[in-house]
Amino acid sequence: MRLSSSAEPSRRAAVVGWFDERLGISGAIDFLRHKTVPGGAHSAWYYFGGVSLFLFGIQVATGLLLLFYYKPGTETAYRSVEFIVTHVPFGWLMRSLHAWSANLMIFAVFVHMFSVYFLKAYRPPRELTWLTGMALLALTLTFGFSGYLLPWNELAFFATKVGTDIIAVVPLVGPGAARLLRGGDDVSDATLTRFFGFHVAILPAAFTAVLLLHLLLVQRQGMSDSLGKRDQASKAMPFYPGFIIRDAILWLGVLAVLLVLCTFSPWELGVQADPFASAPAGIRPEWYFAFVSQSLKYLPARVAGIDGEVVGICAFLSGAVFFALVPFLDRRAARGSRSPVFTFIGVAIVIFMITMVTLAYVKPY
Amino acid sequence: METDLDRTRWIGRRRLLDALLSGGIVAFLGAVFYPVVRYLTPPAALEAAASSVTAARTGEVKPNSGRVFRFGSKPGLLVRLPSGEWRAFSAVCTHLQCTVQYRADLERIWCPCHNGHFDLTGKNVSGPPPKPLEAYEVIVKGDEVVVVRRA
Repeated sequence: MRLSSSAEPSRRAAVVGWFDERLGISGAIDFLRHKTVPGGAHSAWYYFGGVSLFLFGIQVATGLLLLFYYKPGTETAYRSVEFIVTHVPFGWLMRSLHAWSANLMIFAVFVHMFSVYFLKAYRPPRELTWLTGMALLALTLTFGFSGYLLPWNELAFFATKVGTDIIAVVPLVGPGAARLLRGGDDVSDATLTRFFGFHVAILPAAFTAVLLLHLLLVQRQGMSDSLGKRDQASKAMPFYPGFIIRDAILWLGVLAVLLVLCTFSPWELGVQADPFASAPAGIRPEWYFAFVSQSLKYLPARVAGIDGEVVGICAFLSGAVFFALVPFLDRRAARGSRSPVFTFIGVAIVIFMITMVTLAYVKPY
Repeated sequence: METDLDRTRWIGRRRLLDALLSGGIVAFLGAVFYPVVRYLTPPAALEAAASSVTAARTGEVKPNSGRVFRFGSKPGLLVRLPSGEWRAFSAVCTHLQCTVQYRADLERIWCPCHNGHFDLTGKNVSGPPPKPLEAYEVIVKGDEVVVVRRA
């Protein structure tokens, strides 16, 4: 007993040593032990980037699994998803996990963005982290938009028709971009093929590249301390094991929520798309686009001699550009002082989004 | 002062915690990979294996020729001998599952993938195939050539 217990660690040490000599793991472990994460009252918000990353991982894993059975094409897409959820063992679970975790990921990304915004963590030197984050948000929404069409059901078909039409409204580049996305003048078989290509190849490649850059920047600069806090050093938490273990527990919690949603409310497939049927009543885009579509409903047909949608879409686009440029506009936060104007703008945006999404679900017309 | 008993208790608790943690990790991995493995296992084919099929019309296949037909999910080979007699086999080569064809010049069934030869009873006579082709029964009803799997 004594002999074996003393022999085992040395054998393990030999194996670890062999790999360490070739990979330099001890340096990495040492680095993780010394890396710290700011603590304090607002530290709960630091976890949403990690949650988004975890949900992205689930997206990749379940997406790869769905590729084993999904068949793009207007004749086969709907049937293949139907086959996955009715015949393939645990197929319902994989599809529900993919759809639900996509929604939770978008939610987590929004929470992450607004927490960074309200903590003014975008201030120098983290402007590039903010910009890569905005790019990731845009890619995440494009993922959602392209993936939504893939089951080729009625809701997805009309949501894509309206969505690509909204793109066509953008002055100058809009009509060309919409044709390029649709692969023609209408949402058709060609659109489905293109969206499939975007969703499973182009977007994952682009997302991974930007994500690595984003994580590299976070790693290089560390997490931002809250404005006006002087006692951070005392509250700092070691990344390993303190932060990692909390991350792991939270991720398990998110997985549990996800499984509960999938089990008790599996994602619906709906009816197959028919390009020659009328749009069903109560049609609306996914909630993360609902604040745009709902606001467009309130615009009059013409505003100051310009088409209502054009005004609306341009307003949303300029809002997005403003948001992306916030680190360069918020001079007060850059100097390390409070910037209540930007906090107020952020609160107004959040209230506007929540109101519009709620209206889209409660009182759509 | 720490006694030996305290120390043993501490080690015992530590072992229990280690066992719980590693057991939890194993259970978690099992719960993740069991559905994945089940998901990746192809579900049973919906199309049942056919037991009989109309392979051709009598006028469509001349003597000393053959034609590949669909028999359930697998190809079959219908052969009309120079004498006009009908034969039918599985067209799946017993070597590596290529689809065989009738060679009128050799009056044999031939697999182009690895030059396997079968005679007109389906017996493997040359090349790598290890077993004869499965033979089917042929029934001519009017002008329909019906192939039936032997019971």
